[in-house]
Amino acid sequence: MRTRRTLAVALCAVALTATAACGKDGTPGASASASNAPQLPTYTVKTDAKVDSAVLAEAKKRGQLVIGAKADQPFLGWEDLASGDRSGFDIEIAKMIAADLGFTPQQIKWQTLVSSQREPAISKGQIDFYVGTYSINDERKKSVSFAGPYYIAGQDLLVKADNKDITGKDSVAGKNVCTATGSTSIKNIQQYNAKITQFDTYSACVDKLMSGEVDAVTTDDAILKGYASKFAPKLKVVGQPFTEERYGVGLNKDDAALRTAINDAIKAHQDNGDWKKAYDATLGLSGSAAPTPPALDRY
Amino acid sequence: MGFLFEDDNFALFRDGFLQTIELSALSALLALLLGTLLAAFRVSPVPVLRAFGTTWVTLFRNTPLTLLFFAVEFGLPALDVHFSHLTFAVLALGGYTASFVCEVLRSGINTVPLGQAEAARSLGMTFGQTLTLVVLPQAARTVLGPMSSVFIALPRNSAIAGAFSVGELYSAQQTFSERGYSIFSIFFWVACAYLVISATVAALFRFLETRLAVAR
Amino acid sequence: MSLFTRASTASVLYDAPGPKARARYRLFGVLALIAIAGLLWYAVTMLSDNGQFDAGLWDAFQYNTIQQRIVDGLLATLEAFGLAALFSLALGALLAAGQLSDHRPVRWACTSVVQFFRAMPLLILIVALYYAFFAKDPMWALVLGLTLYNGSVQAEIIRSGVNAVPRGQGEAAYALGMRKNQVMAGILVPQAIRSMLPSMIGQLVVTLKDTSLGFIITYHELLFVGKAIASQPINAAGFPYIPVVLVIGPIYVAMCLLLTALARWIEARGRRGANRRTSAAA
Repeated sequence: MRTRRTLAVALCAVALTATAACGKDGTPGASASASNAPQLPTYTVKTDAKVDSAVLAEAKKRGQLVIGAKADQPFLGWEDLASGDRSGFDIEIAKMIAADLGFTPQQIKWQTLVSSQREPAISKGQIDFYVGTYSINDERKKSVSFAGPYYIAGQDLLVKADNKDITGKDSVAGKNVCTATGSTSIKNIQQYNAKITQFDTYSACVDKLMSGEVDAVTTDDAILKGYASKFAPKLKVVGQPFTEERYGVGLNKDDAALRTAINDAIKAHQDNGDWKKAYDATLGLSGSAAPTPPALDRY
Repeated sequence: MGFLFEDDNFALFRDGFLQTIELSALSALLALLLGTLLAAFRVSPVPVLRAFGTTWVTLFRNTPLTLLFFAVEFGLPALDVHFSHLTFAVLALGGYTASFVCEVLRSGINTVPLGQAEAARSLGMTFGQTLTLVVLPQAARTVLGPMSSVFIALPRNSAIAGAFSVGELYSAQQTFSERGYSIFSIFFWVACAYLVISATVAALFRFLETRLAVAR
Repeated sequence: MSLFTRASTASVLYDAPGPKARARYRLFGVLALIAIAGLLWYAVTMLSDNGQFDAGLWDAFQYNTIQQRIVDGLLATLEAFGLAALFSLALGALLAAGQLSDHRPVRWACTSVVQFFRAMPLLILIVALYYAFFAKDPMWALVLGLTLYNGSVQAEIIRSGVNAVPRGQGEAAYALGMRKNQVMAGILVPQAIRSMLPSMIGQLVVTLKDTSLGFIITYHELLFVGKAIASQPINAAGFPYIPVVLVIGPIYVAMCLLLTALARWIEARGRRGANRRTSAAA
């Protein structure tokens, strides 16, 4: 009798955890996408893609391409938790590349990684390649290699809309400035004598900015503009970029064939106009017109 | 192994080490004070205070420390409480450890036989005398063992603060691995540092134990 | 009134209260209640002034997909916990056996392993394991880290439990001509189990809580999901850190309390069995 009751309780608990019921479906504010909004391009999957790459051969075998991305950067690498969809410029770039490598969007497995996890994940093969505001620099080239750049951003500052003190890099001395662990932004801002707070994500920084714990968030303008427009009109970007951040696709250091293939894919989509279409439908929404695509650096 | 003595790596490591010690020491102090207060609440004859102590201990002992860090770091600013990251970390770590300290103290007091206190009271001792001369000295001896486990665990737990913008050893480890040094040699040095800290704490408690054993 | 007074029994610290003391306790009770209520009221008003109870911040929890994610995270947490609990108990038994061994090298080796992993922060251990060996499969970095640390602690618990059995028990068994294995398995361990059980279960609760460190190495457990919900707001109301803490926290507390309750139940069963045996013997 007693055991049976225990069993029944256990079964109920299992039933409850197996299916999370009683909720809403879909995306909040999905109706906002009016017909005149810029449309995302579609990419034709190249079924005959032949690349002599170890990483890719492995991916072909498992029928899935594992791409690392950010999930908390509006218009760049964003994951809508309610619908499970990923969107943003980085995501579009990743889809373009995947299509040229012979993978449909359904065959992509996204892996959310924060800045400090990128190098080990790439070099140890947790992901096939990484597309997520990843600045190309020499230190990182020691452990990974880069295709691209596919976009050029500049480090800037995000402040509260009513902030008049911080006008650029020279006015941050002594201020509390927040940025992400493992990003290039830390080193750049250190030389201006700011007091640095670091978390693993920029979203934690933006929360701290809104609660008044820090005076500014610093990283690339592309990222900051996304937050500014997501939380308009509370925040603004200062608009005085003081570095040049060349975003590349991070991949295994020894896979030269994959790097060439990714470079070719980026080039092809820049030339056929997909790049600009993707920009207009993502980053363009945060209010800046499309620049000319950057020249590739095939080192 | 030699990377520690290149560039400014040693300074970073030393600062991390000192920060870990500072964080652990401050948290230990807070945990001791708060834990004693909570234990006093839990054994007090006032039911409201007892309930408060029990609730605190239940909540803090059964919540992951990482979640507590989130709660303190992102929750307190919403209550208009603004401190440095180190203070936030001390609050989270101290509050968490206090719940363990409280339980150790309470069970220590409960091991003292009732007759001891009754005898003391019938000799006309006041509450303060009963507590300081009879109950606590006996409780202290049973408390030391479990208490040393709690305080050896404290510096280990302090590593989580590194993920919340406190520049201690874990964050030094992060920085080193970003600089591309081998994870094994980083781990070697960081492990050494923690072993030194925990050995010191253990030695401290052994010293206390021998002191109290003499007093018996 | 029973809220403010206590059944008039003496405790170690306090005599049975008389009428004056009861009045004083009642006064303290009321004052404490006012203070606690005031603090709570302050916290709740501040949070609500801050907009933390605005519907927008709590919106995320309404969606099927997000609820499913929380459930998936919970299951991932339980999976890591289950494996780590199993392995750590096994490793703990092994190390404890080594520590109690008659062979000095074995004893030393096991003792140093135990002391090393007991002193190592779990976070650092897990991150090092992840970077060095398990970048492809973060769950095993988490499980192995938890196993090494908690196994060492369990070993200490088992060892001190066995050592705490009155010495005469072991001596008597040896005098009867039992071998070391027989003494351990037949006499010491069964007696030690009962006194060890609370600490062992307490350590299992710690294991369960520490699975939350998985979020740092991309293991999609409950805290990882919570952090994703907090950092990817579905609307412009802000980052729902506080709502996430208020939702995820109770889940952890409930799991740990369930585990503790389970432990108490097993303990009670064990005691009942022991009583039965003694009464049968008598």
